[in-house]
Amino acid sequence: MIVLENLRKTYASPERVSHALAGVSLRIRRGEIFGIIGRSGAGKSTLIRMLNLLERPTEGRVLVDGHDITAYDDAELRKFRQSVGMVFQHFNLLRSRTVLDNVCFPLRLAGMSRQQQRERAHEMLALVGLSEHADKYPRQLSGGQQQRVGIARALASKPQLLLCDEATSALDPETTQSILKLLIDINRSLGLTIVLITHGMDVIRSVCDRVAVIDAGLIVELGDVLDVFLHPQHAVTQSLLSESGMDAEGWRDMAQGMEGILLRLSFRGGSTLQPLLSRISRELELDLSILQGTVGRIKDTPYGQLVVAIQGSSEACERLPEVLRAADVECEELRK
Amino acid sequence: MNFGNVDWLLIGEATVDTLLMTGFSLLFTIVIGLPLGVILFLTSPRQMLANTAIYQVLSFIVNVLRSVPFLILLIVMIPLTRVVAGTSLGVEGAVPPLVASAAPFFARLVENVLRELDPGVSEACRAMGANSRQTVLLALLPEATTGIIAAVIVTAIALVGYSAMSGVIGGGGLGDLALRFGYQRYQTDVMIVTVVILVIMVQFLQVFGDRLVARLNRK
Repeated sequence: MIVLENLRKTYASPERVSHALAGVSLRIRRGEIFGIIGRSGAGKSTLIRMLNLLERPTEGRVLVDGHDITAYDDAELRKFRQSVGMVFQHFNLLRSRTVLDNVCFPLRLAGMSRQQQRERAHEMLALVGLSEHADKYPRQLSGGQQQRVGIARALASKPQLLLCDEATSALDPETTQSILKLLIDINRSLGLTIVLITHGMDVIRSVCDRVAVIDAGLIVELGDVLDVFLHPQHAVTQSLLSESGMDAEGWRDMAQGMEGILLRLSFRGGSTLQPLLSRISRELELDLSILQGTVGRIKDTPYGQLVVAIQGSSEACERLPEVLRAADVECEELRK
Repeated sequence: MNFGNVDWLLIGEATVDTLLMTGFSLLFTIVIGLPLGVILFLTSPRQMLANTAIYQVLSFIVNVLRSVPFLILLIVMIPLTRVVAGTSLGVEGAVPPLVASAAPFFARLVENVLRELDPGVSEACRAMGANSRQTVLLALLPEATTGIIAAVIVTAIALVGYSAMSGVIGGGGLGDLALRFGYQRYQTDVMIVTVVILVIMVQFLQVFGDRLVARLNRK
């Protein structure tokens, strides 16, 4: 649905030339929730702003449903922007207008009649659960409620695409979860494509289907969230994961002085819930100790990853891979 | 002091004249200065209609008018004032120079108020597909209302002071009275009365303005 072709953004100043984006190509599928994660200054903010051309690429094209939006003139671009919703870190609501009028704003720009504007706005406020606050002013609401107004405003013109620019970064953890849940709900109920940028892996884990990791203006890792979480390849991805409490390397200290084979087992979906360890321990007469482990959910899929030290007869150890494969568990040998 | 020199009828007329001068010049100052301030803001670097040439020219004109002392402007403008107002005397004659002096001042204040707004508002408008006219009229000016009202009050108070100065070239009003009777005829009592009335006017404007801003800020 959205194709980014070799996007570059260069800022030239007399002293030096800096590359905010150094050649980014991406495909974002219709109906998915696509996350872009990176540290501050990595270029993620520039990247999301190219999807509605708030920033123009120095080079490259942005194709939406086959149309090259970088070739649009001003009027076409404004029309296009009316069909894309955007949610901001600091909400960017109009403080001088009521909640209802804030949601009416994009509809007013689109030339809808006052009556229709109000009907649609009430509908949107109901969707985000703020019907009773319609006549209040933004500053009378909490941060989470203001962001809900922001989302209602972004959805008012019934866009196909919603861009979230650090939409939860200014919110507390609990509010963040409720906003993320709202994003998943609207993604499902409206079939809306959502592209979000964040610096928190938790956000990616809670809502995204796919993720791109960006560093120094380049995409360094791209894939299904589950794959990226279970098998992070790039150093930036690994450090982002370990910062959010998913340290992939913690077992190394534990493994010193530990006998036996070391395995990393990755579980996805249904296999996560099987009593696998006790079964292989019983059937193969192996002794297992867990050196490190995570069990959780990525969006709705249960997943787990364990690093275990295994001791037992060599015969049993040879049969182990087969048993694991049968149970649909990925197995990676860390030490023989 | 017994205030024996004070002709209260004359004081009354002069007060009305000062109010008229301030009122009319404030009106024209807003009519000219507000759009000028908006254009200054929009054409300044990194703004929606960034245009170095227009910005530099307007900015230069504004700076020149602001740096000419009001008394000099008053005299230099006499020929132009005659054309615009039909006379260079009285209330009518005082209004053009007052506007020429206050409009650039007010425009700068407006420009600064707009610059102080959260840039997120403009960005949100762009993202929603608003053009610059819609952004200014529907978002920026409403968001800047309290700041602009404060700027109007500051300008109104400056105009009260300047209008007194226009007495020098026969502009009428309280300043004229203070000059002719208080200064030239050594009637200190007249001077005191006019100054007290000016203080009351300024005080009233400030309190009124502060209340208005406070009320708007509450929502």
